Amino acid sequence: MTRRIVGPFNRVEGDLEVSLDIKDGIVAAAWVNSPLYRGFEQMLSGRNPSDALVMTPRICGICSVAQSMASAIALADAQRLTAPPNGELMRNIILATENVADHLTHFYLFFMPDFARPVYQDESWYQELAPRFTAVSGDAIREMLPSRAAFMHIMGSLAGHWPHTLGLQPGGTTHAIDGATQARVLAILAAFRRFLETRLFGDTLEAVAELDSGAALDAWRHCRAQARSDFAAFLRLCDALDLNDLGRTSNPFMSYGAYEVGGSPFLRRGVFEGGKTRPLDASAISEDISNAWYAKSPEPRHPTRGLTIPDSDMTAGYTWCKAPRLAGKVVEVGALARQAVDGHALILDLVTKHGGNVATRVVARLIEIARVVPQIETWTRSINPSEPFYFKCASSDEAQGAGLIEAARGSLGHWVSIKNGRIANYQIIAPTTWNFSPRDSAGTPGACEQALAGAPVRQGETDPIAVQHIVRSFDPCMVCTVH
Amino acid sequence: MVDDEQRGGLLNLLWLQSGGCGGCTLSLICAEQPDIVSALEVAGIRLLWHPSVSEASGTEIRSIIDAIRDGSMPLDILCLEGAVIHGPNGTGRFHLQAGSGQPMKTLIAELAGQAKTVIAIGSCAAFGGVTAAGDNTVEASGLAYSGSVPGGLLGSSFRSRGGLPVINISGCPVHPDWVVETLLQLGQARFGPRDLDDFGRPRFYTNHLVHHGCPRNEYYEYKASAEQLSNLGCLMEHLGCMATQVHADCNIRLWNGQGSCTRGGYPCISCTEPGFESPTHPFLETPKLAGIPMGLPTDMPKAWFVALAALSKAATPPRVKNNAVSDTIVMPPTGAKPKRGK
Repeated sequence: MTRRIVGPFNRVEGDLEVSLDIKDGIVAAAWVNSPLYRGFEQMLSGRNPSDALVMTPRICGICSVAQSMASAIALADAQRLTAPPNGELMRNIILATENVADHLTHFYLFFMPDFARPVYQDESWYQELAPRFTAVSGDAIREMLPSRAAFMHIMGSLAGHWPHTLGLQPGGTTHAIDGATQARVLAILAAFRRFLETRLFGDTLEAVAELDSGAALDAWRHCRAQARSDFAAFLRLCDALDLNDLGRTSNPFMSYGAYEVGGSPFLRRGVFEGGKTRPLDASAISEDISNAWYAKSPEPRHPTRGLTIPDSDMTAGYTWCKAPRLAGKVVEVGALARQAVDGHALILDLVTKHGGNVATRVVARLIEIARVVPQIETWTRSINPSEPFYFKCASSDEAQGAGLIEAARGSLGHWVSIKNGRIANYQIIAPTTWNFSPRDSAGTPGACEQALAGAPVRQGETDPIAVQHIVRSFDPCMVCTVH
Repeated sequence: MVDDEQRGGLLNLLWLQSGGCGGCTLSLICAEQPDIVSALEVAGIRLLWHPSVSEASGTEIRSIIDAIRDGSMPLDILCLEGAVIHGPNGTGRFHLQAGSGQPMKTLIAELAGQAKTVIAIGSCAAFGGVTAAGDNTVEASGLAYSGSVPGGLLGSSFRSRGGLPVINISGCPVHPDWVVETLLQLGQARFGPRDLDDFGRPRFYTNHLVHHGCPRNEYYEYKASAEQLSNLGCLMEHLGCMATQVHADCNIRLWNGQGSCTRGGYPCISCTEPGFESPTHPFLETPKLAGIPMGLPTDMPKAWFVALAALSKAATPPRVKNNAVSDTIVMPPTGAKPKRGK
């Protein structure tokens, strides 16, 4: 048995270190460490509640709007405030734009460049795919960056800028747009759709979203137009490298539900386990800190009573990440979880056959792009510029609220408690806190730690390529994880 | 290792991240005309490593850093994104480098000593920023400042090997062009001490105020104020906007196409200035003394401001007054009457 420490682990957002026990060329056990602590929960204590809208987006540059949204919903919940329909539509458009951009960033900038590494240079597909996906200089990155930047003009048009907008508020959004801006956003979406349909998919978004089984996906990818797409290139890699067998997990999937308008979400909320989706009981969430560097509390706590007091001696534990559990169990969150909980036919078929793995996590993200972009178009058309976008939020001295939303990487929760008009406690559980959690008091490893066990290590590898694929398949955001 | 000849005249750039959110990098990849990869090419910059985009991971990165340390790899530009974390108790253990377990602050100080030019990317790296907010339990500082106080990690007398102090591209986040245009000028060796303001920030964007070019200027002139977020009026009197005092060209050089904070309907929170993270008031409220907003424009006598404000308020056209408290234009400007021939 040899112990190996892998890090700095780049092309993930933030800092990550992974320790591996390797035996006979296989990862026997893994420990995931988030080595950066900043203390946002302490910073928020004693502040005016509305300051959370400035501070929490700055937890994370890549999930900034998601943090805004969770904060706005938590404060709205505390004040029992509902935004006007335009405000809800605008928040959905802005959040969905970030989520889609993040999926695209993950695929082209973070995940695919690993297949252009020299370790694969003798593979039959290498000469074709490496020039397209090589980090920094690949053709795909050159094409994607301007398309993505143009797509982000939606942020400039609706929310001031990205990241770190103050445009999302408990009472809606701050910018009442007119018909011209509405038309402009639709034009931006049309240009972005063209990039997705010509380069990423080679087909219409609707056709991709309607794929309803693994067999349908197989038939689709061999059609001539689609075969040249980047999605099809990834599917070829899945076959060549058995990515369906890499990084497997069999935990329940959780989603808080996404993109609500008038009380009903576009993507369902729930827990997917044993082939079925059941309702989510958010009161069963708790954070275990037995292996994290925090002052110990006797039992795992629900975030409404959560404590974040760093143990500066870093005595027991191996990470700054807490271990969130649902009714004591590990759950996996993210696009795959969201699509499984929502019951997307293709994703249900894939997870029934293969569970969570490197391939299904990436496929679910791309399917989600195809499902959400047309929905952004629909929301944009549904805005009525002559109606309000914003209701002023009252402030009460004593209140409690929760904001449970879906960021690109999965379920994000903010829990706020207000006393004497000030924030008394603010606790955050981010998507990667769930996926990259350490072991809990029962010794059960977190989702990524489980996925890494069994990963093959090639002869002489110091930073095993399989480990890199598995870790990046989760699209971890470490700055959110510990905040 | 790469010697000067192999570098082909390119400048080596290493990008590190510490106590921050990574948002400045995310803002930077929104760079347009050209995109960031093309911009680096034009500037003659070779990316040794960047945490979000480079292929190299783990031991490959550590060997690049070792080569810089032993002098076999020249380091022309060091960019730090995120604050330097000194805590707990000066040990730096709140941020140990993944893989090596070394405090990041030690590594940053060492590499800053080797670099020809050192750039702080964003307000965290420049001044501490949001990471230093509140009680600053993690003991965050900027590279050469703690808030507005010179010092930070490297000390007030720090000069990089090229002779410049740390270039502080402040902002939370930075505008992509602030970084790109600094790099382009460095690439042409046309960036000197006179291009920096009193806080070491590039003057090309801090010689302006966020107020300049704000579409709410007419409301400001008449002190026709928004009463709530989403109203069209000036955000200074009630909603905490500090644009008249804050150095940056946000409303001249727009964001993500057509945006800026005030165009997005919310106040300037002063994110390019040291200490912005800890105002003495809620971010979205203007502190007032006897009904008069505190923190008026810094280069105008207060009595004049109050007198002019009273005068202009009295002279406010109904159009401006009504639109200021609405979310959309309720009274459009009326056109000049056409001149008639005799």
